[in-house]
Amino acid sequence: MRGRTLGRRRIWGSMGIGVASLCAALGAGALLVILGYVIVQGIGAINWAFLTQLPHPIGVPGGGVGNGILGTIIIIALATAMAIPIGLLTGIYLALFGRGTIPEALRFLSDVLSGVPSIAIGLFAYAVLVAPLKHFSAFSASFAFMMLMLPLLVRTSEQAIRSVPETVREGALALGMSNLRATMTIVLPTARPAIITALLLAIARVTGETAPLLFTAFGTQFWETNPNNPMAVLALQVFTYAISPYPNWQAQAWGGALLLIAAVFILSLGARLMLRRAMRGLDA
Amino acid sequence: MRGSLVRYLTTAALAAAMTLPAAAATQLIGAGSSFDYPFFSKAFYIYSQKNPDVTVNYQSIGSGGGIQQFTAKNVDFGATDVPMNAEELARAGQPVLQVPVALGGAAIAYNLPNVNGTVHLTRQVLADIYLGKILKWNDAQIARLNKGMSLPDMSIIVVHRSDGSGTSYIFTDFLSHVSPEWKSKVGVGKSVSWPAPSSVGAKGTEGVAGQVRSTPGAIGYVELAYVIENKMSAAILQNSAGKWVACSEATVAAAAATKPGVNAKNFSIVDAPGANSYPISGYSWVVVYKKPADSTRAKALYDVLSWLVGPQGQSYARSVDYVPLPVNVQNAASATLRQMQR
Amino acid sequence: MTAEPQFRRVARFVSPADRGFAAVVYGGSILFAVLIVGLFVELVLGSWPSIVAFGPSFIWKSAWDPVTNKFGALPMIYGTVVTSLIGILLAGFVGIMAAVFLADFAPRWLSTPLSFLIELLAAVPSVVYGLWGLFVLAPFVRTTIGPVLQKFLGWTPLFRGETYGVGLLTAGIILALMIVPTVTAISRDVIAAIPRDLREASMALGSTKWETATRVVLPAARVGIFGACILALGRALGETIAVTMVIGNRPEISASLFAPGYTLASVIANEFTEATTSIYTSALIELGLILFIVSVVVNALARLMIWSVRGSRG
Repeated sequence: MRGRTLGRRRIWGSMGIGVASLCAALGAGALLVILGYVIVQGIGAINWAFLTQLPHPIGVPGGGVGNGILGTIIIIALATAMAIPIGLLTGIYLALFGRGTIPEALRFLSDVLSGVPSIAIGLFAYAVLVAPLKHFSAFSASFAFMMLMLPLLVRTSEQAIRSVPETVREGALALGMSNLRATMTIVLPTARPAIITALLLAIARVTGETAPLLFTAFGTQFWETNPNNPMAVLALQVFTYAISPYPNWQAQAWGGALLLIAAVFILSLGARLMLRRAMRGLDA
Repeated sequence: MRGSLVRYLTTAALAAAMTLPAAAATQLIGAGSSFDYPFFSKAFYIYSQKNPDVTVNYQSIGSGGGIQQFTAKNVDFGATDVPMNAEELARAGQPVLQVPVALGGAAIAYNLPNVNGTVHLTRQVLADIYLGKILKWNDAQIARLNKGMSLPDMSIIVVHRSDGSGTSYIFTDFLSHVSPEWKSKVGVGKSVSWPAPSSVGAKGTEGVAGQVRSTPGAIGYVELAYVIENKMSAAILQNSAGKWVACSEATVAAAAATKPGVNAKNFSIVDAPGANSYPISGYSWVVVYKKPADSTRAKALYDVLSWLVGPQGQSYARSVDYVPLPVNVQNAASATLRQMQR
Repeated sequence: MTAEPQFRRVARFVSPADRGFAAVVYGGSILFAVLIVGLFVELVLGSWPSIVAFGPSFIWKSAWDPVTNKFGALPMIYGTVVTSLIGILLAGFVGIMAAVFLADFAPRWLSTPLSFLIELLAAVPSVVYGLWGLFVLAPFVRTTIGPVLQKFLGWTPLFRGETYGVGLLTAGIILALMIVPTVTAISRDVIAAIPRDLREASMALGSTKWETATRVVLPAARVGIFGACILALGRALGETIAVTMVIGNRPEISASLFAPGYTLASVIANEFTEATTSIYTSALIELGLILFIVSVVVNALARLMIWSVRGSRG
């Protein structure tokens, strides 16, 4: 090998491994640093009032992000309710009709959608649901979130359904069940853990999304449950507070960030646990 | 299967709960100027406490945004630091009422750590800083005005608004008045091309204040209330009468007093004459349709806005470091509002 | 990865229930397609006035002047490209090195938690990155990284000038953090998928472990790794909120990495709600369209590369 002694090659190797391990440590370390900052800065802001109260006007200390938390839950619930049927049905279609130009076109479209930046999706939601109706609404935000969740749901439900052994489905059909019944009662339940995993991951993804909210949900300082109205969203509040000059608001931004990270991590962990269960179920 | 059924039922229940009218409360929606935001935030909060069945949701997205959303009829009223011009009024397509609701000054905030005393700047020097002709804090032209202060050898970082801002309009209006070079090179507007090489854009007055606060060597135009609330340093300017004035309620009120007959077509009070006038002062306006699109809310809208421009609403201005509207302007505003069809 | 199950067309819709089922399934899929095609169509429709007014010169003009209604996307394209390049260069190096370590050198008890931690970086919401970037990274760049870089590399135009804290470099670093999990996870999978025989043959010929990893395995995996980098690049191009909070919002092209800049996504985020003229709105939507097309192309390219190595969609 180019006349280098084994010893020198070993040294290069050790240095290389050192650099590589440092890179891995850097990645992991960065996560810990960010997490650390958010926890340290944010934990002080978290208390019962913060979680349940409305924001206070400028100059009045205190206040909270209660309406943002509620708004996030409502908007995500609506988005999920819209994304599940469309995503599942498309996944079922793709699983049943595998090859062919139309299914391939649908898969292509799904891949396209997964690469679209969320701000462009926000523009779409604005053009379709805000501009014509002439008001901002939580519903338009849910629509944008739904678009963000769809590719993952479609892809996973297709794969999950296709992973159910063909014998199971054919057995059901041989027993005289209609396709509908076979799918709903046999195939889907088997695929369910994988689909729930994908759902949890999709929800985790949109929990922190802020860009589309800028011109859909708009925000509010009050309690709001009507999806037809503008609504407060935690991620949007964190953004607004972070770029403000008020130390009170900045502290609340850290608190909100801590809540967001906690929610996303819990959802991701939940997804991992479900995945493990799904794997076990398939092997069984 | 059962899991998804439960999920659907929960969503359905949630949806049902959401469509129930929430205590018959009217929510009015406004958007626009961040200049007004501290004042509005306090005033509307108080109003809702006195009138629990009306809430006002105001979002600070910049004057340009306010006008845009108002024209698109996405909001009930817009707030802007510069009245809508003929072109914007034409785009709105319907008669629009423009009412002054707040009076304030754009203070020149700066961040110079470890410097005692307050920086003094003439109007020309300020214009040159924003033109990018004066680049460092210890430049001779600045030092000359601030003898006895040790200014650091630091670059001046010019902060401006990145969004469409009425405050930018007031500031560029002022710069155009005092610097012919600015007038020809840059002009007046809510969004302009800022020529200084070391310049940073920030979103909203809050963003500019935040940026100045966190960047040593920065300078930016920030509404007075933000400066006081955040205990920032603000420069003392020389006005057109040659006197040195700090931005304060008294000096802004003095500038406003020089134009008692202010209206939407004749609104500029920058570089006002008078010994005690602060040169970068301006009114802030609310724009509302003469015949609001939603007639059920027209009455509530009228009530809030006339409360806001009247003595009661304006009494809260001082508590958040804004300048109450002069009485004659309050009366003119109320008269304009009475034209609303409600 | 589970092997692709054999696929047989089994859909036979005979009974009325089946026909209803078929209708619903078709309906859902059509709706899905309509939504995505509609997205593209709306973007084109919205940009049309701007496309007509400025033509292709939109892409290479530099003016972004709402006062005179002259819009050119070049500064935003520049900012997007520069920040994403910084991001992918940093994340590429760190990510690939980390992947090599995790796949071939780290013992199980170390690689599992480390991989987990790196993947968690992908779970951190964008606005939290922006918050951390604004209050922790930007001051750090201003007080530490900036002066150090200026001291050693200040002779290049890249590192000259004022270090504000916010700017292209800070945005690039934040992007790197956001995309490093993508590079690491996919590269690690790709490297792990390289057959053992290759490694053993290399070692049998006398290579050290490190030489095997870098001169044999990495080249063998290069298509997939490149694909991972392109995929990560695609994510970086569209990232909005974290970048908006640390980029300085200045629609200008400057050579220095310390200077503030603007990206396609940030300008839309900052200026959309207040675009007062329809040509202004249209110009912003055209930026969205450019972003859409670029992201789609980059993503498609990436997936092609990754599929060819991993052999499955995922």
